[in-house]
Amino acid sequence: MKPMISKTAALLALVGCAALTGCASQPKTMYQWDGYQPQVYEYLKGASPEQQIAAMEKNLQDISAKGNQAPPGFHAQLGMLYSISGKPDQVIAQFKDEKKLFPESGPYMDFLLGKMEKGEKL
Amino acid sequence: MMSRMVKIAACLVPAIFMFGCATKSVPYDYTAFKAAKPRSIVVLPPLNNSPDVNAGNSVYAQVTYPLAEAGYYVLPVALVSETFKQNGLTNAADIHGVDIKKLREIFGADAALYMTISKYGSTYTVVDSTVVVSVDAKLVDLKTGALLWQGSASASNKEGNNNSGGGLIGILVTAAVSQIINSTTDASHPIASLANVRLLSGGGDNGLLYGPRSSRYLTQ
Repeated sequence: MKPMISKTAALLALVGCAALTGCASQPKTMYQWDGYQPQVYEYLKGASPEQQIAAMEKNLQDISAKGNQAPPGFHAQLGMLYSISGKPDQVIAQFKDEKKLFPESGPYMDFLLGKMEKGEKL
Repeated sequence: MMSRMVKIAACLVPAIFMFGCATKSVPYDYTAFKAAKPRSIVVLPPLNNSPDVNAGNSVYAQVTYPLAEAGYYVLPVALVSETFKQNGLTNAADIHGVDIKKLREIFGADAALYMTISKYGSTYTVVDSTVVVSVDAKLVDLKTGALLWQGSASASNKEGNNNSGGGLIGILVTAAVSQIINSTTDASHPIASLANVRLLSGGGDNGLLYGPRSSRYLTQ
């Protein structure tokens, strides 16, 4: 009987360890981050928008495939890149996505959509 | 006699450590912060006092992660910078001088974050070089102009992996850095990410409070 108890204890200890390492090695973030900030950095450094658009579109597919969330600003950033490459319909769609996911962005997105309507640069 | 002194010393040393800890965690006064309950933050392009001209872009590109994970909506930084440019403002010092009413009107944010970079880059010695990034920040309520929070943080490439603050922040730091390191060869850039995470994550000692989008909102 005695060895049985210690076996159970050992098993419990192992499960506990597994649970702990599980937490440590896979921190769960609210958003998926591998695309947004690197592309913002490319933009700020003055890189061409076409490459950033391709990278962000690919990242967005990956985010939805995994059931994750795009970070705040992602759709707005992609919308701005579309505006540089002259795709107004896609700009509007992205700004509306940003607003839907993050109502806090509403006033700024409306400000930018208003500029677009007047044909002004963003 | 000797052993008595050793015993007294043995008692005193831990006591010193306790005082050391106590003075470090003088509680920050969060009265204004808790009253304002900001949900969204517009981060202004950082003021760069370091010699590296790329420091501003590097720090600015990496502020969203810690603030968003702390539970805030962070306005799209590149677009914000573009909006300033369209209004004739390209210099961070000029942008930091813009009236808060104007900021609130255009960006609709509850608060603005004003950052300053004091160090960014390598310092060389005969045998070695160390990359250091130091940043500080002030969070200001855009309705009242009240200072809600301020803090500063540094990071260097000479820190052990186990020494990055521990707990959740430690995990976040490790994650942020391993993420960034793959996409860049600039040695200071991942260190800037680490400094930002240390400065702007939620729930740290004297750090930012968690925001409304965090599951830990109002737990502090």
